[in-house]
Amino acid sequence: MANEEHKYNKDRFEPIEISEEKGEELSRPQLSYLQDSWIRLKKNKGAIIGLLILLFIGFMAIFGPYMNNYTFKEQDSNITNVPPRVQGLENISWLGLDGKETEVLEGESVEALKEKALYVFETEPEFIESKVIQEATEDEMAKVEFTNDIYAARGIQDEYYWFGTDQLGRDLWTRTWSGTRISLYIAILAATIDMVIGVIYGGVSAYYGGRVDNYMQRIVEILVGIPNLVVVILMILVLEPGILSITIALTITGWIGMARVIRGNVLKLKNQEFVLASRTLGSSDSRILMKHLVPNVTGLIIINTMFTIPGAIFFEAFLSFIGLGLQPPLASLGTLIDDAFKSFQIYPYMLVFPSVIISLIMVAFNVLADGLRDALDPKMRE
Amino acid sequence: MSQSQEKLLEIKGLKQHFQSGRNNVVKAVDGLTFDIYKGETFGLVGESGCGKSTTGRTIIRLYDATDGEVLFDGENVHGKKNKSEMKKFNRKMQMIFQDPYASLNPRMKVMDTIAEGLDIHGLVKDQKERQKKVEDLLETVGLNKEHANRYPHEFSGGQRQRIGIARALAVDPDFIIADEPISALDVSIQAQVVNLMRKLQREQGLTYLFIAHDLSMVKYISDRIGVMYFGKLVELADSDELYKNPLHPYTQSLLSAIPLPDPDYERNRQRKNYDPTQHDTSEEPEFREIKPGHWILCTTKELEQYKKQLK
Repeated sequence: MANEEHKYNKDRFEPIEISEEKGEELSRPQLSYLQDSWIRLKKNKGAIIGLLILLFIGFMAIFGPYMNNYTFKEQDSNITNVPPRVQGLENISWLGLDGKETEVLEGESVEALKEKALYVFETEPEFIESKVIQEATEDEMAKVEFTNDIYAARGIQDEYYWFGTDQLGRDLWTRTWSGTRISLYIAILAATIDMVIGVIYGGVSAYYGGRVDNYMQRIVEILVGIPNLVVVILMILVLEPGILSITIALTITGWIGMARVIRGNVLKLKNQEFVLASRTLGSSDSRILMKHLVPNVTGLIIINTMFTIPGAIFFEAFLSFIGLGLQPPLASLGTLIDDAFKSFQIYPYMLVFPSVIISLIMVAFNVLADGLRDALDPKMRE
Repeated sequence: MSQSQEKLLEIKGLKQHFQSGRNNVVKAVDGLTFDIYKGETFGLVGESGCGKSTTGRTIIRLYDATDGEVLFDGENVHGKKNKSEMKKFNRKMQMIFQDPYASLNPRMKVMDTIAEGLDIHGLVKDQKERQKKVEDLLETVGLNKEHANRYPHEFSGGQRQRIGIARALAVDPDFIIADEPISALDVSIQAQVVNLMRKLQREQGLTYLFIAHDLSMVKYISDRIGVMYFGKLVELADSDELYKNPLHPYTQSLLSAIPLPDPDYERNRQRKNYDPTQHDTSEEPEFREIKPGHWILCTTKELEQYKKQLK
């Protein structure tokens, strides 16, 4: 009898009907390709951080130069080589944003060192604070730390140079962000040239193949045979050195790497059956290129572009370095670093800010590119 | 299977030669002549590399023929055509591809893949109608309408092949070239896909050119079979006739290779080797009708011989 109670009674169960249609029903909402990609990109923390950094740098490049009253070319021989000073942060001495110079001197006696300090800092005794680290003894020399309040010494107590000034007394904050503008302009230019000329040239060359391909590749070989530098120098014969000649030089040769990569991949893809299927349906050539071939090389396009961007930014810096690029008083991150590295040991702040920004741009582009490549690939969909 | 004797496709002396290197010509297809009647399934068999797929691709004009004519409904396919004529032709003739993994664009959703033909030919007025049409097609090929928003990599091989069939059907074709549609699938799925194709043929009155190398499957689906060897048709007959009276030594060799799940038969099965040098070389062999509907590639001397065999 007890057993019977444990028996499952059929009436107590209710079969759940699952039709075949319900089984295949998707519980998630329908998303477009871009929405889908955006969701995947958001999951990638590195890419989002990279994106935010780029947005911040972009924002500062646009608005930074207007945030104070200095211009990028205004010179003042009284305020050369002034270290950075920022409101609110000036009392935190270890940050180095207090507008003071600190140096530890060694010598025979403390008194002698005080004399020496006046000479080293080229300033008056009232602006110097001294802190004796070690008195002179028989065995050891005296050690004194001197701190010079440059802003007071120069009579500019009310001014704040956030990134300091350079050898000619120009405000580095303004110059750095104007320089970032130039570097970002070069980055966008290189990316656009790559994506427009490189992709179309490579795609057309591979897709049509045969004689077209043959001629187009010979043209590329001729172009690649002319060194970039020669192109720029020839350009300067006609134009002034500056942003225009860099732009033209990049336009002439910057897209060749991309064109070759795209050609190789389109050659591989164009005989795939999905392309043939599209042709039997009557697709036009441009439709096949834009709908079938290019989407399948997006990952490559992005990665390649992101490789080109640092290259282009450095190309500009290099040209500026040898005097063929931007001419003073214009500034780019490249010229700023070039100017600063000559006095790196005495005025390190001049080098730090542009270097940090150019490094951030590179790293952010690379991390973002990595995230984008994964996000744009539907195979990564979970 | 019902078949009228109305010719849908006439192929006359079709040649497709590829230039490979300076002095080397590969004769992939070398003078094919056959007709395909409305509503039938024409099977094309042969060993790998004998030009079956090239024949299919040349007929649909993926390649431009070196020589010869393809008449579809009396109109020359390879003649000069403007865009709108070409488009009209594209709607009538479609193709199903061999590799279900390579034949779908991995970056396009199933919806867009199937609707591609609809978009190109402007067959739907708005988004809603497009979706409706795609969902109908998915159901026709035995898939679920919920599948429309997925990407190809989310499907199995058999399902992908069904998507490929749905894409071909989207433009309402009369004639479908199936280029080894089942050879990349496993056996249980092969039967499903072949049965789906037969069902579609019954319902929509399609005509198939079925290219394959699996003889048992070809016999199952085809009304007539053509056997190809090195770019040439060597024998053409109704499928029953071909299996009963294989005359050409190559056909005999092919048929002798079919295994049967019968131990007694298998123990005594003799494989026949085909030796191309055994043929009479006194004159250029021609494609001749040895009895109504049964064609064979032979010289006059061989014809007599084959006739004796036929009895």
